[in-house]
Amino acid sequence: MGILTFIGKRLLLTIPVIIGVTFLTFAISFLFVPNVTVAWLGLRSTVAARAALAAEFHLNDPIYVQYFYYMSNLIHGNWGTIPGGGQPILYNIEIFFPATVELAIASIVITIVIGIPLGVIAARYHNTKVDHSIRFFYLAGYSSPPFLLALLGLLVFGYIFKFFPTQGELTVGLIAPKHITGMYVVDSLLTGNWIDLRDSVWHLILPATALSLTYFGVVAKMTRASMLEVLQKDFIRAAYAKGLRGSTVIFKHALRNALIPTITILGLLLGSLLGGTVVIESIFQWPGIGLFATQAVENYDFPAIVGTTLIFALAVVSGNLIADVLYAVMDPRIKV
Amino acid sequence: MTDDIIEARDVVKHFPIRYELADRVLRKERQRVHAVDSVSLSVKVRETLGLVGESGSGKTTLGKVMLMLDRPTSGQIIFKGEDLTTVNDEGLRAKRKKMQIVFQNPNASLDPRQRIGDIIAEPLTVFREHGRSEIHEIVARISEAVGLPLDGMMRFPHEFSGGQRQRVAIARALVMNPEFIVLDEPTSALDSSIQAQILNLLRRLQDEFSLSYLFITHNVNVVKYMADRVAVMYCGKLVEIGETKEVLEHPMHPYTITLISSIPLPDPEEKLETKDLTGEIPSSVNPPTGCRFHPRCPYAQEICKTTEPPLREVSRGHWSACHFAESLGDLPGSGRS
Amino acid sequence: MNGSDWLLNISDLTVEYKTGRGKITALSHLSLGVRRGEILAVVGESGCGKSTLGLSIINLLQKPPASIASGEILFNGTDILKLNEGRMAALRGTEISMIFQDPMSSLDPVYTVGQQLREAINTKEGRDDKKKPYVVSSPDLEYGAKARASRLMLPQLPGARRERRHGEDIIEALRAVNISDPEKVANKYPHELSGGIAQRVMIAQALVERPSLLIADEPTSALDVTIQAQVLKLIKKLRDEIGSSVIFITHDLAVAAQVADRVAVMYAAQLVELSGAGELFKRPLHPYSEALILSFPRRYKDQGRLDAISGDVPDLRAPPSGCRFHPRCKYAFDRCTAEMPHLVDVGSDHQVACFLREKP
Repeated sequence: MGILTFIGKRLLLTIPVIIGVTFLTFAISFLFVPNVTVAWLGLRSTVAARAALAAEFHLNDPIYVQYFYYMSNLIHGNWGTIPGGGQPILYNIEIFFPATVELAIASIVITIVIGIPLGVIAARYHNTKVDHSIRFFYLAGYSSPPFLLALLGLLVFGYIFKFFPTQGELTVGLIAPKHITGMYVVDSLLTGNWIDLRDSVWHLILPATALSLTYFGVVAKMTRASMLEVLQKDFIRAAYAKGLRGSTVIFKHALRNALIPTITILGLLLGSLLGGTVVIESIFQWPGIGLFATQAVENYDFPAIVGTTLIFALAVVSGNLIADVLYAVMDPRIKV
Repeated sequence: MTDDIIEARDVVKHFPIRYELADRVLRKERQRVHAVDSVSLSVKVRETLGLVGESGSGKTTLGKVMLMLDRPTSGQIIFKGEDLTTVNDEGLRAKRKKMQIVFQNPNASLDPRQRIGDIIAEPLTVFREHGRSEIHEIVARISEAVGLPLDGMMRFPHEFSGGQRQRVAIARALVMNPEFIVLDEPTSALDSSIQAQILNLLRRLQDEFSLSYLFITHNVNVVKYMADRVAVMYCGKLVEIGETKEVLEHPMHPYTITLISSIPLPDPEEKLETKDLTGEIPSSVNPPTGCRFHPRCPYAQEICKTTEPPLREVSRGHWSACHFAESLGDLPGSGRS
Repeated sequence: MNGSDWLLNISDLTVEYKTGRGKITALSHLSLGVRRGEILAVVGESGCGKSTLGLSIINLLQKPPASIASGEILFNGTDILKLNEGRMAALRGTEISMIFQDPMSSLDPVYTVGQQLREAINTKEGRDDKKKPYVVSSPDLEYGAKARASRLMLPQLPGARRERRHGEDIIEALRAVNISDPEKVANKYPHELSGGIAQRVMIAQALVERPSLLIADEPTSALDVTIQAQVLKLIKKLRDEIGSSVIFITHDLAVAAQVADRVAVMYAAQLVELSGAGELFKRPLHPYSEALILSFPRRYKDQGRLDAISGDVPDLRAPPSGCRFHPRCKYAFDRCTAEMPHLVDVGSDHQVACFLREKP
C-alpha cells in the first residue's frame, strides 16, 4: 500500500480524536467556571463591561454555538487571545512550544543512550549481580517523583558544584540566536553561533537528564525483557549455526528484533513529553508549554487552557502516529 | 439414509479477513478464507469415517462445524434426523451430550490447574443430571475403561505423560455417554510407541460403547488402520470418498494418488516415487479456478481450469470429484497399495 | 574405527542437564561414527536425546543448564569439543551445518531471504578458495560480495523492496534447491513463505558452502506429507551432488527408511542399535527397534490389532535400573533388571545393546 497511504489512513483516524478532545476540554472549562466574565475582568468590573465581554465572546449563547465559534476560529488560526489585553494564544504557543520540543528531544536522546545499552547488558548478564544492580538503578529512577531527581541534580550540580546553570535556556545577557525553529540549540548550530550553542547546550543538560532519569527505566526494562525473549527464539540458534559471531548475532539479529517494541514505546514517550513537562519546567524555569499551561490555569485563562490542551492532544497523537509508523517500518510482518 | 448418525449437507464455512474503512473507500473486494466449500458427507452409526487432508484442506474446520462449535456459513448439519443449524444455543447444549470432541494437543486441551478427576467429571457436574456418588462411580468406570490408574485422580496434568493426558481427554469425552465423537488428530502429538496404544484403545472403546467416529488426520497409514470409509479433502473441497481399502488401493483422484505415493513406509526397499509433484499447497483465500488441484495436477486438461468437477459416484460407494476419474487407472504409477 | 572414511567419531559422550527438579542425563556414554558421504538416521522418541546429540556436535547446547560431562567428538581427527568458540564458529556453516524443525522460525523475521543468504555467504572470511561454493552454473560465477557479514542490514520501507536485485550466487543457490521463482523468493520475508519453500531456503543456506557434515534435526516433521516427500528427495539429491554426510534426526521410522544408509536407534539417552538401513528393517535385533517397527500402522481396520508397546517412555530423572527398556520389553529376563547392556558387534556393521543378542 505504501507508507504514505498508511500515514494518511492513520491521520484520518486522528480527526475524531481531536474533535473529541477539544470538545471535552471546552465543555469542562465551560461547566466549571460559573462566572467567566468575573474571572476575567475581576470582581471590580462593572456590569456593563461584563456584558460587553459576554457579547463579544458569545458567552450567553448555548454551548454548542460557543463551541462552533471556537472551532471555526481555531481552524482559521485564531486561537483566541488572553483576555484583558495580551497576545494571541497561538503566538504564545509558538514561543513556548519549541523549548519543550528541545527538552523532549534531548531527553529522549539521553534516554536512548543510557537505557538501551543498559537493557542489553542486563539481558546478557541476566540474573547476575550486574543485572540486579541495573534493575535497582532504573527502578529507583522510575519510582522517584520527578521533582526529587530534578531538585537533587540541581542541588548537587548547580549549587554545590556549580557545574551547570540552574535556570532558563540561556545565560542572562547573552543574545538569543536568530529565530529559525525557536529551539536555541538547533538555531545556534544552524547560524554558526558557537557561543550561544555552548551556552544553550549547557543549560539543557541538567533538565534533560533529570527528565530522562525518570523514564529511562521504562526503556531499559523494555529492552531487557525484549532481548531475553528474542534470545530464546529459534532463529538466534540458527544464526549461530550459520557460523555468525556472537556480536553479529546479538546486534544484527537479536537487538534489531528486540528494538521493535522498545521503539514504539519511545514514540509514545516522545508524545507525552511534548505535552509539557510541568514539574521540570517549573523547577528549572524552562520556558516551555508546561510552564505556560500552569500560568494559564492559575489565571483561569480559558483560551489558553484549551489551546494548551489541544497542543498536548496533538502531541500525543503525533507520538502515536510516529510509533505506529516506526513499528510498521521495523517489523515487516505488519501489513501496511 | 437412516443408518447415518450425522450428515453434513453442502456445508460452507468462510472466515472473513479484516476489512478496513480504507479498503472500502478504495473499493477493494472483501476477502475471505474459504475454509470449507460446499462439502457433503455422512457418518454411519458405529462406523469410523476418516477425514484426510494436508494443511489448508479444511478438515479441522469441518470437524468443528459438524459439532456446531462454529456455525456454518451455509448448509445443514443433520444429527439423528434433526437439523442442528435450526436449533438455538440452549437446544445445542443439550445435544452436546451426544456429540463430543478430542483434540490433538493434550497439553492444551486440559486445564493445567485442574485435577484429573475434576477434568473428567466436569461435563457431569456441568449438566447436573447426576448426584455426587453417581458422578464418582461414572468417573471411576470410565477411567478404568481408558486405562488410567485410579490413584491418579488427584494429580495434575503435568504429572502425566502425553499418552496418559490424551487418555484423560478421551475419558472426558466419554462420561456423558455420547454417540458421536470427532477425533481431531488425536495421536499426531504423541510418540510413535504410544500412538499404537491410543489407536487400539480408541478401537476397543468404539466396540464397547457403540461409538461413531469422525477421525481427522493427515496420516494415511493411521487412517488405514482406523477407518471403515475415508474422505479426502483438498483446499476446502471434498475430492474423494469411499471405503478405505477401495480408495487407498484404487484411488480415483489425482490428489489422492499423489498423497498416497508420498507416504513413506518403514521399508527401505520401497522408496517413494513422488509423482513429479511441484508447487505448493494453494491459499484458501484465493483458491484456483475450476478444479482446485489443477495447477499441480499432472493430468490436468483445459476443462480442469474452468469447470469445477462435481463429486460423482464412479463405482459403488466410491465418489470422486475429477473430470477424468475413470481414466486415471490407465495411467502409469497410479494406485499404489 | 579408524581410517579416513570416518568423518565423525563420537566416543563416550555424556551430556547432562540441570533442571529445577534434578539432574537429567540427556546422553549417556554415546559412541557413534559417521562415514563420509553417508546419511545416518538417528531415530528415537521424545526425550531419547537425539536433538541433544545434534546440538552437541555443532556445539550449540545452552551451556548452563547443559554440560558435557565426558567424551570426545573427533571431526576429521580434531576433537571439536575442545575448540574455542572462535574456531568452532569458523567450522559452522563451512564444514558443519545444521537445519532445524520449524523453518519459519529459523529465519530472522525482519530480514529478507536474500539478505540472510547473503549473510551466510559473506561470513566466510579466510574461505578456502579451492573449495568452490555449491552452485549449479559455472565456477567463474562471482561469489560473495565484498561486504562483511556484520554489516548492518537496514530495514526497507514497506513497498520499496520489490525491485531489489540480488547477486547471481544467491539466485543460483535458490535454484539449486528447486525453487522455481528465485528472484521473487529472495525478496520475500520469512512470514511470506510457505513451509516447504522456507525449508528449502534453509537447506540452501546450509549447503551453499559445501559442508562435510549436515545435521538435520527433524527437518520434515513440520511439513505436509506431499511437501515432505519433495524435501527428502532434495536432500538425497544434494547429498549425491555435494558428497556431504548427513545426520538425519527423526522420530519417524518411515522417513528414516526413505533416506538412510545406516540407522542409529536411541532410547532413553542411549544408543541401543546401529545398523545398515536394509538390515535394521528386515532384522531388527533390539526389542525396542523390533517393537517400534511392529507398532507402525500399516494394516487395514479389519486385519487385526496393532502390536502396541505397553508402558511409557521413562523419566530420565529416575531411569529404570539395568536396561532402560526392560519394563516394556516382552523378552526381559533377570539380567536385564540388574545390569546395563553395552553396544556389541553382532554382525557386519550391526551393533546392539541387548543381553538377548550377546553371545554367551
